[in-house]
Amino acid sequence: MNKNSIGREIPKKIEGIGELEPYSGAWTKLKKGWMDELTSPPPNKAKMPHAVKLCETLEEAIKKSNPKDGMTVSFHHHMRNGENILVRSIDILAQMGIKDITLASSSLNESHNSIIKYLEDGTITRIWTSGIRGKLGQAISSGIMDTPITIHSHGGRVRAIHTGKISIDLAIIAASAADEEGNATGSIGKSAFGSLGYAHIDSQYAKQVMVVTDDLVDYPCYPLSIKQIYVDFVVKVDSIGDSSKIASGTTRITKSPMDLRIAKLGADVIEHSGFFNEGFSFQVGAGGASLAVAKFIREKMKRKNLKGSFLLGGVTSYGVDMLNEGLFKTIFDVQSFDAAVSTSLYNNKNHIEISAGYYASPFNCGCVTNKLDIVVLGALEIDLDFNVNVITGANGEVRGASGGHSDTASGAQLTVVVCPSFRGRISTINKRVQTVVTPGETVDVLVTERGICVNPMKPELEENLKKAGLNIKKIEDLQQEVEKIVGKAKEVKYSDKIVGLVEYRDGTIVDVIRQVIED
Amino acid sequence: MKRKRRTMLYIPGNNPAMLLHGSVYGADSLLLDLEDAVALNQKDAARNLIQQMLKNVDYGNTEVCVRVNHLDTPFGMEDLKAIVPLQPDAIRYPKTETVEELQRLITLVEQIEDEHGLPHDQMTIHIMIETALGVQNVFDIAKYSKRVDAITIGGQDLTADMNIKSSKNSSGIDLARKMIVMAAKANRIDAIDTVWADIDDEEGLKQETEFIRQIGFSGKAVINPRQIDPIHEIYTPSDEEIRKAYRVVKEFNKNDAKGIGVFAIDGKMVDAPVVTRARYVLELAGVDHANI
Repeated sequence: MNKNSIGREIPKKIEGIGELEPYSGAWTKLKKGWMDELTSPPPNKAKMPHAVKLCETLEEAIKKSNPKDGMTVSFHHHMRNGENILVRSIDILAQMGIKDITLASSSLNESHNSIIKYLEDGTITRIWTSGIRGKLGQAISSGIMDTPITIHSHGGRVRAIHTGKISIDLAIIAASAADEEGNATGSIGKSAFGSLGYAHIDSQYAKQVMVVTDDLVDYPCYPLSIKQIYVDFVVKVDSIGDSSKIASGTTRITKSPMDLRIAKLGADVIEHSGFFNEGFSFQVGAGGASLAVAKFIREKMKRKNLKGSFLLGGVTSYGVDMLNEGLFKTIFDVQSFDAAVSTSLYNNKNHIEISAGYYASPFNCGCVTNKLDIVVLGALEIDLDFNVNVITGANGEVRGASGGHSDTASGAQLTVVVCPSFRGRISTINKRVQTVVTPGETVDVLVTERGICVNPMKPELEENLKKAGLNIKKIEDLQQEVEKIVGKAKEVKYSDKIVGLVEYRDGTIVDVIRQVIED
Repeated sequence: MKRKRRTMLYIPGNNPAMLLHGSVYGADSLLLDLEDAVALNQKDAARNLIQQMLKNVDYGNTEVCVRVNHLDTPFGMEDLKAIVPLQPDAIRYPKTETVEELQRLITLVEQIEDEHGLPHDQMTIHIMIETALGVQNVFDIAKYSKRVDAITIGGQDLTADMNIKSSKNSSGIDLARKMIVMAAKANRIDAIDTVWADIDDEEGLKQETEFIRQIGFSGKAVINPRQIDPIHEIYTPSDEEIRKAYRVVKEFNKNDAKGIGVFAIDGKMVDAPVVTRARYVLELAGVDHANI
């Protein structure tokens, strides 16, 4: 075991994965100015003039891709809980007897619960993903897989594909509209879901690429989110999923008094941080207190007649409203959190679809997160070193997503984490988080309903907030205050078995997730 | 400096989460409720819960007031026995109609305090006027005891008692509101307005708050934390108002030391009532005007 720079024990090597590089600081590798790993070149491909890419069925297309044992199959998660292609595709591969598949989906959620049986029978033996929810997360935490899953950030996924750590044999890309050559988009069609940002890299690097659509349009399909030059097969299906399940209620401003209280404090922090200036750039998450911060920031911007430059990231209809009101000049959209956003993406030239690499890859000449002024993020748990856990719940089980959390925290000038000080009877502020996803050195301030804590690495910020009369507390004091209210939570019992690795965006290992043992 | 009572947040006595979180929302006062918000079969449990909360939860600077049941109910006496020894900042007594009722309440409260060796001047009493008879007697009630430091109007019950057709702007209880404010102010105590029931109608809440502030209420009861900020905004003076009030008080103190009672600022006469209003503005702004 090695200890990484934040004191987490990381194995030197893992069977089936290889040697692990421990995390050594958020910007250590970036400071070198270039990548020190191998670059995997995109595949060479050729098609005869007027070759036909269109297949009758998903099964036919998968067969044509010559699937084999040990292959890596990738998917995107833009349809979130409405996603309907991943399970069908894995079903087909399983029926064909393909074993030892590495699943590389940009994220996994409850709509994918039914693949658990393929983890048991050896169809799927390895997983790369930015997040896992539902029963799938429980199954993985219980140790169902022999080889640990790897959790990456959105930017980290691009880096992993670029460097060949994830080598995709077949990318299956669901699109709400496509033509017979494979030009495809998510912004139009009956199942429109918005940006296709996560799938861009898959289309460019996978050995074979399949576009699956339920709206085959006349050539050419535009906008060209996915370009025909990368696509091998095209399939028309009845439905790629239910786009109404994308939002899951996360894009409406909460009415929860607690979330609104936290959000208001978060907005006050931003206002007095020193970064709330003309031309500032901004990202908030969807749902709960994070999105509600946008409501108060919107009011403050109007009151101060302040205009921002760009909104970034997971885009909600609330963000689109702010664009239309002229509060921001541009939206960069890697993922739409609301199917309604697709209309804006299609019609408004200032609403720009971007790839996950453009969004957040650490190893290019400047992703947009590196230009971000302010980001507001949630947390399942935060510790006295400001390390944030967004992946494992209070019972130790995998139930969340790394997503763009560490990417944006690393890039933004001001990273604000908003969360209640406790949920149910479990404190969210603990001496040591169960799993580090975002290291504390990239987190500037924690906002809870019971007080605001500033990372001691940011004394100027603390000074600004104190001058504004905000209720600033030491995180140690707040932790003790909350512990007095809810007591100490029962410790989760883990075995030695590692069921998950948490990669930092640069590919180093920031933490491991262990098997949960039931009492 | 006088305590602000711009907002008084009702918290049902049988809701542990709300009781625990009550003080984080920024209301000036919390009203831990044992009366109408609690079902008959939950009265005991709520009473126990509020006792535990008063013993164990730190509500900081937020005023904590417990609304007990009326002594004519089977719960009123039990409430007093349970709550008075814990000396919250205040108890709120519902449906007060006569001085005799108030007298009975205070006698019992002080008996319990004596039994526990507690002083009589720590916990205050807020009176609720909720019937036409109570409105008629409010002037006598307001002046009966120095322990009473706020009078509040219960709009829902009063509307029912007077058989007033329910309306959104509660115009039917205008006279009662004004009588209650007058009675309170005549005795230099706070008048607190009734709740705005539609929590999604922020505009209606603001309009009603503008009105009650105009006629002299010190604040308003609220039933949802989302109603706190809009009310505080209306009760928060603008920067210009604060600057002007500060100047008035400062000039007054300077002139007062020289024995001058009336003077002018920017050509406008400043006398005692202007100074009183200026002090109130500073209090609302949280400015300590004692040593200006």
